[in-house]
Amino acid sequence: MAKINYVTLDNKKITLEGNSGSLMKLAKDNGVKGIDGECGGVCSCATCHVHVNPEHMDKAGEASEFEKDLLELNDHSNEYSRLCCQIQISDDLDGIELKVAERD
Amino acid sequence: MKKSTFQDPFEVIRTEKGHTEMNDQDDPVTMILRHKDVRKTAHNWKTFQSGAEPGRIVVPSEVNIRDIRQIPFEVDPPQHKDYRSIVEPWFKRPREPEYQNKLKSIIDNLIDETISKGEVEVVHDFSLPLQSRALTVLLNTPFEEAETWISWGTHVFRSEDDPLDGSKANILYDYLDKKIAEAKENPVEDLYSVLLNSEFEGRKLTEEEVKGVMVLTFAGGRDTVINMVTNTIAYLADYRESIERLRNEPEIIETAIEELIRYFTPLTQMGRVVTHDSRVCGHNAKKDTRVSLCWASANRDATVFENPNEIILDRKINPHVGFGFGVHNCLGATHARTIMKILLEILVNKVQSMEILDCIENIENLDSIKRKVGFQKLKVRFSKR
Ligand code: HEM
Ligand code: FES
Repeated sequence: MAKINYVTLDNKKITLEGNSGSLMKLAKDNGVKGIDGECGGVCSCATCHVHVNPEHMDKAGEASEFEKDLLELNDHSNEYSRLCCQIQISDDLDGIELKVAERD
Repeated sequence: MKKSTFQDPFEVIRTEKGHTEMNDQDDPVTMILRHKDVRKTAHNWKTFQSGAEPGRIVVPSEVNIRDIRQIPFEVDPPQHKDYRSIVEPWFKRPREPEYQNKLKSIIDNLIDETISKGEVEVVHDFSLPLQSRALTVLLNTPFEEAETWISWGTHVFRSEDDPLDGSKANILYDYLDKKIAEAKENPVEDLYSVLLNSEFEGRKLTEEEVKGVMVLTFAGGRDTVINMVTNTIAYLADYRESIERLRNEPEIIETAIEELIRYFTPLTQMGRVVTHDSRVCGHNAKKDTRVSLCWASANRDATVFENPNEIILDRKINPHVGFGFGVHNCLGATHARTIMKILLEILVNKVQSMEILDCIENIENLDSIKRKVGFQKLKVRFSKR
């Protein structure tokens, strides 16, 4: 069981608990505003873009080339950007904080 | 070859050169073919604009047959965003349970009716009614309106053999003028009324702008959805085991939809006008010429997709551009995906198998290249479970 903290664009903090599946799915199932996950998590749409709290970057792990290529063409991406459909929930993520990124 | 096999006509030229010329009414288009170049060019809206002369970014060009600007499609940032934020919430309604229930009942009834008939011509007697009836939910207009749209047939907005014949589009324009006037007189809770009441940069949208949005909603969501639905039926008929698989593993339906969209790519390409001399993939793009983003080619790029010419229903990484890329990404995608999801869920539960009895392919003529986009006719026998 991992506690995941999402911060929406209007600065509301939502804490959810999850065991499995992706961070996108957890957010979408619980209606976290701004995480739409339009493509269902296949790395096509970037509607699951978040900025990971800089201190938690190692928890999130490394992005794949596919993910990096998509983020590279996103005007709101920075070094803390991730597509949260590409991060699977595990105990290691406990306490991670993700800020919903602005949409292009 | 199976009927649902859609070959990739761009493979050689994409790999060897990366772009190709297409002549179109003396305003040639350089088609950009590689996935990376297509995404980069779509992202670079400053150099490759949409807000050119109305009709010019469409291939074949519609410059000679229409003056009206389609919104938000033919507008560049920053205005694009202002228009887009007006319509965006409305086009996200497909996420609501009430909306989905309406779609479910439409699709459920259509499938029951189809099964009881046994044999149907899918394009006209399944996909067209499905698309039209689903559109009444998107516009929030009375269900009966669909009958009018169905009666227009599949080739309403453009004459098939002559891209310079605009007369057919008048059916739609006249219809929209009438509907906009009605909504003005007597506002209700439909898209016309919502648009007429919307503010853009501190003023109300003009009737011309409302029409510009509505034209696009009708035209952009018609052939694309009809081809998507028809081609999906052809695929499921050819690969019976996939019907069973989707029934037993409903959790892959979402990835399956993305894969079908990648493979079939119902919208082949969309153009842009070059604002200043630049280069794409070794091609010198001269100011005021046209390039096109060839979604269909990008979606078969083997440098991105493993076994690009195969439909892999549970393809996990699938960065396709079937719904476009960047600021102009498809506004109707939520609606289209929701239709597909409900269609697949109900179909695999009610149908055991389908058999293609007869078909006529729909081949797009891209000058030196021909691409299959769908079917003009697809006669199928449906067997119930
Ligand atoms: C499977 C079905 C569909 C496909 C494959 C598709 C594909 C696309 C593509 C590739 C674009 C990008 C065009 C560009 O970059 O210039 C686009 C834009 C658009 N589509 Fe779709 N479309 C589909 C269904 C729909 C539906 C159902 C509607 C509405 C009823 C719709 C409305 C639009 C609009 C309004 C835009 C322009 C958005 C903008 O410029 O901001 N589409 N579509
Ligand atoms: S949900 Fe589409 S890229 Fe993550």
